[in-house]
Amino acid sequence: MRFLQIPPPRGALVALVCFALSACFAIEKFNIVDDYVRFILITLGINIILCASLNLVNGWMGEFSVGHAGFMALGAYLSAIVSAKWLVGTNPQWMFPLAVVAGGLLAAVVGLLLGMLSFKTRGDYLAIVTLAFLMIVKSGIENISYVGGPRGFLGIGNETTLLWTAVWVFLTLWVIRNLVYSRYGRGIIAVREDEIAAGAMGVDTRKAKLTAFVVSSFFGGVAGALFAHQLQFINPGSFDIVKSTEILVMVYLGGIGSLGGSVLGATVFTILVQVLQPLGTWRMVILPLVLVLLMLFRPRGIMGLREFAWFVPRREFPKKEEEK
Amino acid sequence: MDYFAQQAINAVQLGSIYALIALGYSMVYGVLVMINFAHGDVFMVSAFFCFLLLLFVPAPFVVALIVVMLATALLGVCIERLAYRPLRNAPRVSSIITALGCGLVIQNTTLSLSPYSQRMPELFHSKTWQFGEITVSSLQVLIVCVSVGLMLALDFFIRRTRYGLAMRAIAQDRLSVPLMGIPVNTIISMTFAIGAGLGGAAGVLYGLAYPVIGASMGMLVGWKAFVAAVIGGIGNMRGAVLGGYMLGAVEVLTVTALPSTYRDLVAYSLLLVILVFKPHGLLGRPSVQKV
Repeated sequence: MRFLQIPPPRGALVALVCFALSACFAIEKFNIVDDYVRFILITLGINIILCASLNLVNGWMGEFSVGHAGFMALGAYLSAIVSAKWLVGTNPQWMFPLAVVAGGLLAAVVGLLLGMLSFKTRGDYLAIVTLAFLMIVKSGIENISYVGGPRGFLGIGNETTLLWTAVWVFLTLWVIRNLVYSRYGRGIIAVREDEIAAGAMGVDTRKAKLTAFVVSSFFGGVAGALFAHQLQFINPGSFDIVKSTEILVMVYLGGIGSLGGSVLGATVFTILVQVLQPLGTWRMVILPLVLVLLMLFRPRGIMGLREFAWFVPRREFPKKEEEK
Repeated sequence: MDYFAQQAINAVQLGSIYALIALGYSMVYGVLVMINFAHGDVFMVSAFFCFLLLLFVPAPFVVALIVVMLATALLGVCIERLAYRPLRNAPRVSSIITALGCGLVIQNTTLSLSPYSQRMPELFHSKTWQFGEITVSSLQVLIVCVSVGLMLALDFFIRRTRYGLAMRAIAQDRLSVPLMGIPVNTIISMTFAIGAGLGGAAGVLYGLAYPVIGASMGMLVGWKAFVAAVIGGIGNMRGAVLGGYMLGAVEVLTVTALPSTYRDLVAYSLLLVILVFKPHGLLGRPSVQKV
């Protein structure tokens, strides 16, 4: 694994992103892959967004949130309402990004309220509050007939292209990378290691936690919006605790506090789900079992607290002479 | 008035079951400061234990209750031994994740083995008594009596016996208790056994009262009991009982006033509201964090 520690040459990252985006564009334009592979690739992208954003709270911040599926649900439903009810018939070129951002913003606002409520006390309260939030969102949506209630929301346009997914994946990774390597991000990590010491060193712990939680919920909402426009049908049952557990498996499989781990975890998970498809409901036994075994034998996951050099921002200041 | 009295009886019946399950959550939290998310699914499995037992042996109520309680207690101890004990000194988040994972493994195994809901065979021939406009069935009396009896027994056990004393000591200071010669692992296993056993009793009683059992019960009923434990102040036994009866009353009231689909919404919203004003629950004491 030594080669993963070598930092990329200057410009390589930009070139890679440009290449990936044009590859996605080409795949969409010329139908290079069949629909199944395209569907899996989009699912992979959504999973990367979910995993990286939940990792911000569960990995870098060291709290435990089980409500990510709830943020997904908020993003999915609001974006579906925007695109299928309010702005129906308008040009999807600008309507779809608007719907996705709207979904993300709703999730972020709710995340802010929830964070303000649950960061009053430390400990397991975030787990309890996010669990209650998840249940409230699910049973709340079931009681709103405007969005179809328990039967689900039909008639969403098929707008999630590979290109849009890739754009959002890169945006998520870029924002989270820049956040965790910034001063704020250092504060978030300090909160994980020792909240009281962090406070004593002058970190505004409450603000650091809220920042992480709001960013995380925004991207949870975005992923939900992409998910809704990929499947074209959403129902409250698709955003339950099982969905949250799937995201948790990805996070703890790939490794906490690591962007490279998030990408890896999401990729392994997406492939695993496809491979285990023939097992039916037994698949849902194996996935949580993987989570338990991970916790017992490798609690930090594959990449736990380590990082591929490609995900580390280049240092802008020159190194000292003696270090060279 | 009669209508409300009738609803109050229903609320006490539901609340008794919630309180029994909530005690399991609260005991484990009190001793280990850990949310045992798998407890709801242990409760669910106990109803299936009862179902399986009655499928093969036409056992009378008392025998069924004891056998199921013992079997469920064994399951609780096994989970603790295999999944929680290796993580006791790991970060607290790891054990919460493990508990969540164990719960889902249990739930989905049950779902895979029994994809459809099962109808519980009749275990107890119920009679109904009429007091004016109010109907009371002997089943309701039985449920309330068994649960209250178990709660009183637990209260006696924790407050008056040496094992209860050891349990309370571990809750206060887990590091110095072994120095006093108390076998910590045994006591913690015992806590899980009692908690799961009470969940097993709740499973039998639930199966009697609402005879259709399914794998989603752990999520629908068990997690509601978790809400009850948090409302009352998790870690506090009397709080768990208070929370259980409160939640039972609120749910019954909700169903009389609103469509029944609002049950979960109201219960979980109540939890959030209480956490805003009393972050440690109604009877919970705020924990002081030492540096």
